[in-house]
Amino acid sequence: MWEYTDKVKDHFFNPRNAGAMTDANAVGEVGSLSCGDALKLMLKVNPETEVIEDAKFQTFGCGSAIASSSALTELVIGKTVDEARKLTNQDIAEFLGGLPPEKMHCSVMGQEALTAAVAAYKGEAIDEDDHEEGALICKCFGVDAGMIERAIRTNKLTTLEMVTFYTKAGGGCNSCREPLEELLADTNQAMVAEGLIKAEEAFIFGSAPVPQKKKKVTGFVIPDTPVAAPTGPAQPSAPVQIAMPAAPAAAPAAVAVAPAPAPAAPAGLSPAKEAILVAKLIDEMRPTFKRDGGDVELLDIEGNIVMVHLTGACSGCQLATQTLGGIQKIISEALGRPVRVIPVAKT
Amino acid sequence: MKDMTEVTPVYLDNNATTRVWPEVVEAMLPYFSEQFGNASSIHAFGSEVGGALREARRSLQALIGAEFDHEIIFTSGGTESNNTAIRSALQVQPGRNEVITSAVEHPAILSLVDWLEKHEGVVVHRIGVDKQGRLNLDEYREKLSDKTAVVSFMWANNETGTIFPVDGLAELAHRHGALFHCDAVQAVGKVPIDVKNTDIDMMSLSSHKLHGPKGLGALYLRKGTRFRPLQRGGHQERGRRGGTENAPAIVGLGKAAEMAMATMAADIARMSALRDKLEKGLVATVGHCFVTGDPLDRLPNTSTIAFEYIEGEAILLKLNQAGIAASSGSACTSGSLEPSHVLRAMDIPFTAAHGAIRFSLSRETTEEEIDRVLAVVPEIIAGLRVMSPFWSADGASPENFDPAYA
Repeated sequence: MWEYTDKVKDHFFNPRNAGAMTDANAVGEVGSLSCGDALKLMLKVNPETEVIEDAKFQTFGCGSAIASSSALTELVIGKTVDEARKLTNQDIAEFLGGLPPEKMHCSVMGQEALTAAVAAYKGEAIDEDDHEEGALICKCFGVDAGMIERAIRTNKLTTLEMVTFYTKAGGGCNSCREPLEELLADTNQAMVAEGLIKAEEAFIFGSAPVPQKKKKVTGFVIPDTPVAAPTGPAQPSAPVQIAMPAAPAAAPAAVAVAPAPAPAAPAGLSPAKEAILVAKLIDEMRPTFKRDGGDVELLDIEGNIVMVHLTGACSGCQLATQTLGGIQKIISEALGRPVRVIPVAKT
Repeated sequence: MKDMTEVTPVYLDNNATTRVWPEVVEAMLPYFSEQFGNASSIHAFGSEVGGALREARRSLQALIGAEFDHEIIFTSGGTESNNTAIRSALQVQPGRNEVITSAVEHPAILSLVDWLEKHEGVVVHRIGVDKQGRLNLDEYREKLSDKTAVVSFMWANNETGTIFPVDGLAELAHRHGALFHCDAVQAVGKVPIDVKNTDIDMMSLSSHKLHGPKGLGALYLRKGTRFRPLQRGGHQERGRRGGTENAPAIVGLGKAAEMAMATMAADIARMSALRDKLEKGLVATVGHCFVTGDPLDRLPNTSTIAFEYIEGEAILLKLNQAGIAASSGSACTSGSLEPSHVLRAMDIPFTAAHGAIRFSLSRETTEEEIDRVLAVVPEIIAGLRVMSPFWSADGASPENFDPAYA
């Protein structure tokens, strides 16, 4: 069964503002019967102030669809129409304390209904509905088949690597490799038939290169680089590249990967300087998170505990632990001592 | 599940899995600790286990009416049995590369044949069903040919309980020289089976559907049927399935088979009476719902009721809150976005397929439990319908609701 947050359960079992509204002056209806969702959002907008005075919903859908609809009405009541149209599906998901990746489409439906209702109120035409449909392929990043196929087609993608770059699908645990290869091969085949790409460019199922295992950087693993002479203790945070010992003639040259130079921070920084360094590191990471629809913020440092606040896509993401692990690694390396990064709610 | 209330929960999801009977657990226990030997060993630790396995095999033989006990190959479950049977049948019949199956099979068959079709050059025919879930026999006859390697039809459907006339279907397959495999996972232990008097060559079953332990199944392989193992290894199961026998589980399945056999006639009568009471009660009190499947020939324990204008997962969550466990053909519970392939193959409209709830009873289901379901379901359905844009107070689908479907 799904792991719903208590807030989702609360809004499902005790939905706010459910039912029909007879005197609504802005109505948005969206849905997809094949996926079992349909939502009718009814708003009562004060024509003078443009404030949404009341909102009601009727939803045909699963638990999270009903909870998302309920959350949506709570979010829009009291807002002006212009304020309300700025709401995103992330706001709905965040209001509910996160949704399982398979259920994010429920929040998307809420946003679409709102857009439709506002457009109806303003007498505007609605943009073409680009609601993505299809089975969820990548569970880590919540990417479905429709979205992947569209990316493959519009960008003429023919390798798995490019599919991951464009859609993020397969960029996490990589368990979806087989269905992803299958989808890419099928789509490419169809594109060849339509004359969009050449036959020799098309991806053939099973032809993707073996995934490269990422080297785990931990203090307890013997590095598999050719070791000619005993090396000194590891200096992960050394700012300069360590000159590689002369490799034996037979050893392949490509394995000598130098660790990325991290900001210098030999052990023994004062707490204040450490804090500045950590803040700087996190600031440098933020653009990456923002690109994925989330954000991270440093709250406090206590001894070896670094407290951060994750928002947006990051907070409900199944990869949150992995993300935190990544931040932890970077900070530990920079400080030259182990730290624990833990997510904390902002008070 | 976490949301169970204080009341004793009512478990009506026995087609998903069943409770292992206490007697079964008791029979299994010594084979974890005292009788832990490997049945292949010469010493006393092993030989006693060998005897228990023989006995269990005979109990299962009796339950399915096999002529010989060596016609039973223990596997890890129904899925492995299905995979073994289909792949073996294709390998032993060079020159025949077609598989015939139905559109309503379990994924253990359908995703396998999808793969074979796409990547291994096998031609697959999926025979359709009518609105009651009954097989289209004309279409089946039409697809049979001397290219058919194997026909695989389920004995009973896991979602609707509809029973296929597998014996006759097997006879037709044999007229064209094809092998016949039957996925009987939902049927074994629930309806009488006498496989020796049928034309079935191979038949899959699963232990945990009949109050046995999980992780065990069996493949019935009629004596003389040519066979290629899926899993090669030691000489276990007469070289047809390598790997040390799961002795405790096999003993458990033997016990479960013995118990199913002992009370089957009475169980069938009681379960079908309770199921009928449930169906009649719900159809009478709820309205805008209907029973799916073949009313004349289906499992005694299975009832799938489609509630129109609402969605299955929402119903299940509310049922769970009321301490009732059932399952749904809804898209949202399965993680895919499509509703049940079985209900779609039966041409049941989307608005109803999404709201289909399967109640599957067991020998343990009581009348009090059915009464509790009858008491809470109408209110749950009414509550959700009030929230549905497809529903209006006068009980019909409102004409003016016209969402922009993506």
